[in-house]
Amino acid sequence: MNPNDLRFTKTHEWIAADGTVGISDHAQHEITDVVFVDPPKEGKTFKAEEPACAVESVKAAFDIYAPVAGVVTAANKDVAANPALVNQSPYEKGWLYKLTMTSPSDRDKLMTHAQYQEFLKTATH
Amino acid sequence: MKKTPFNDLHKQAGARLIDFGGWEMPVQFQGILAEHKAVREKAGLFDIAHMGQVWVWGEAFDFLQKVTTNDVSKLKPGQGQYTLLCREDGCVVDDLYVYKFDEHRYFLVVNASRRGVDVPWLKSHAAAGVKIEERMDGAGLALQGPSAEAVGRFLFPGALHLKKNEIMELPWEGSTLIVSCTGYTGEEGFEIFGEAPVLVALYPRILAAGAVPCGLGARDTLRLEMGYRLYGNDLDEKHSALEAGLSWVVKFEKGDFLGRESLLREKEKGPARRIAAFKLKEKGVPRHGHEILFNGRRVGEVTSGTFSPSLSVGIGMGYVDNAAFPKGAEGSLAVKIHDRAVPAEAAALPFYVKPVHVL
Repeated sequence: MNPNDLRFTKTHEWIAADGTVGISDHAQHEITDVVFVDPPKEGKTFKAEEPACAVESVKAAFDIYAPVAGVVTAANKDVAANPALVNQSPYEKGWLYKLTMTSPSDRDKLMTHAQYQEFLKTATH
Repeated sequence: MKKTPFNDLHKQAGARLIDFGGWEMPVQFQGILAEHKAVREKAGLFDIAHMGQVWVWGEAFDFLQKVTTNDVSKLKPGQGQYTLLCREDGCVVDDLYVYKFDEHRYFLVVNASRRGVDVPWLKSHAAAGVKIEERMDGAGLALQGPSAEAVGRFLFPGALHLKKNEIMELPWEGSTLIVSCTGYTGEEGFEIFGEAPVLVALYPRILAAGAVPCGLGARDTLRLEMGYRLYGNDLDEKHSALEAGLSWVVKFEKGDFLGRESLLREKEKGPARRIAAFKLKEKGVPRHGHEILFNGRRVGEVTSGTFSPSLSVGIGMGYVDNAAFPKGAEGSLAVKIHDRAVPAEAAALPFYVKPVHVL
């Protein structure tokens, strides 16, 4: 997926127009080597900013938040089996789960890739 | 924050730096998994300049025999041993290496986080004929891995005859290096101590000879796979040497030493707690502070836990109550990770045993 087609949260998740969710390249770099992914179960409902998925690196565990409210329709079985995909391909093979958004317009309120890049410059240092 | 003489080199190499007991140290360069693999399969180079280097001169033998738990009389010149400093009550002040150069000259390597405690502790127990001096101009490197010897061959061929736990002084370009055949990874290799500028000049040459720079992240996964204790996690002043499972370096038969009486009483009675090692049977990474459950009851806490890169499972250890969870007891073991009891099994140490290659 082209990052320019994605929307980003301040907690470094991305969401595609079809509801696919993952973490940003910046996030995978900060998390370092991902060794476990615990994706949410299909049918589970989340509010925006609720922890939806757990990702663990050698050094620490991270909660990945739902970017918008919705219902989980699919989880990426490949990342569960091969967690390094999150590092290697954060915008393609390393997606985490798919949501049916409660209100698709919620996504429009999130940052564009360009806005997210600006946000990183101000937020991380 | 304190910096080692390699700090600029780490920054130039793009290392991720963290605060480790007041020292700015690299936690990783290319990544913990890649560095771990490099040490298990080839060779890695660690900055260990934060560790304390202490000289003991004079009536050193009697003093060290009294203040450490292992038997210093077993050391011949050029040999070292893993040992402990214990308090009178048997709790651990630090774990360290004691190397003998001769009857009146010993070299100690102590934990970075305990330098400020150990040196005054040693001085307070030393008689008039003992001189204790912490080396402040020094640095240290650990070259570890099956290719360490091949890497070292170019640089210090004079040290290649060293066997496990042996040490020597090596004349080196107008200076003197101290090279020992020791490490904290379970792999073959060397630890190299010397004057800071000399080691800073040596550092890129060791990398050029084929070693990969490694950080504290890989150092932790490597040592934990071997079951080596880490002071501050698995060892502290609240747990005795016997509870820590280090009775193999507590030599009661050598005569009097600091902590002997308490440890002997504890040995007769049986320690209340022990360090238990475990492997997870399902996905998860046990971490410091997680509860250890036996038949659903809390019996202890994880002191060190990680994902084992070599075994691809969560591994860890922690103090458990011997009455609530007797060694070898049948029952269900688990570690509570984020409110979930993840099933585990008791493990023997080391977790990782090097595969034997048959040609």
